[in-house]
Amino acid sequence: MSWIDVLLVLLGAVMAVVVGRLVTGPANADRVVALDLAFVVFIAATALLSVRLDVVAVDILVLAATLLGFLTTIAVSHLLERRPR
Amino acid sequence: MTWREVVGAVLATTGTALIAVAGLGLLRLPDTYNRINAVTKAATLGVVGVLLGVMIIKPSVTAVGLLTPAIILQLLTTPFGSYAVGRAAHRSSSPLAPITHHDELHRPVPAYRTAPSHDQHGPGASAASIR
Repeated sequence: MSWIDVLLVLLGAVMAVVVGRLVTGPANADRVVALDLAFVVFIAATALLSVRLDVVAVDILVLAATLLGFLTTIAVSHLLERRPR
Repeated sequence: MTWREVVGAVLATTGTALIAVAGLGLLRLPDTYNRINAVTKAATLGVVGVLLGVMIIKPSVTAVGLLTPAIILQLLTTPFGSYAVGRAAHRSSSPLAPITHHDELHRPVPAYRTAPSHDQHGPGASAASIR
């Protein structure tokens, strides 16, 4: 039980909050915000896991998730914006 | 622990704490726009802190070569993403919190892709229609 495990458990709790907001967001924009934070939690957890498991190759997932998170946020907010009212 | 591990642990813990505070804000804040505010801070400072800490703890060519572009991309792309989410939230009429005093963007922004509307009321009315 090192200190990285404590941080990973904390990130898991944040991910539970994110899933709760993703399910019961009052507006659709709240779900987009929750998805943004979900990518943030995934990036941080993957980076910490690469230290914990001592596998440096996992870091490529961090770079991929950075790009994918930005593109997902832009695409989903564009879909939200173009919805007919 | 060497000094490098201590510095990396402090940076990673600070970043994770910022992400946890953002999760608390996502749970507790009353408004979509306030939640965007909370998430954006975590996405910049929290992620950069965690990635810098990981890079300091185990510096290798692969880790530095992969995490430095990730930090730069995160710092460059997070403001644009948050701006897009906020714009989409306001244009999809996400409700404001009841304690909001006034909404500066209350007049709806012109539609995104529409043909330019021609003024049909003669030359005198065009000056009045431009506000």
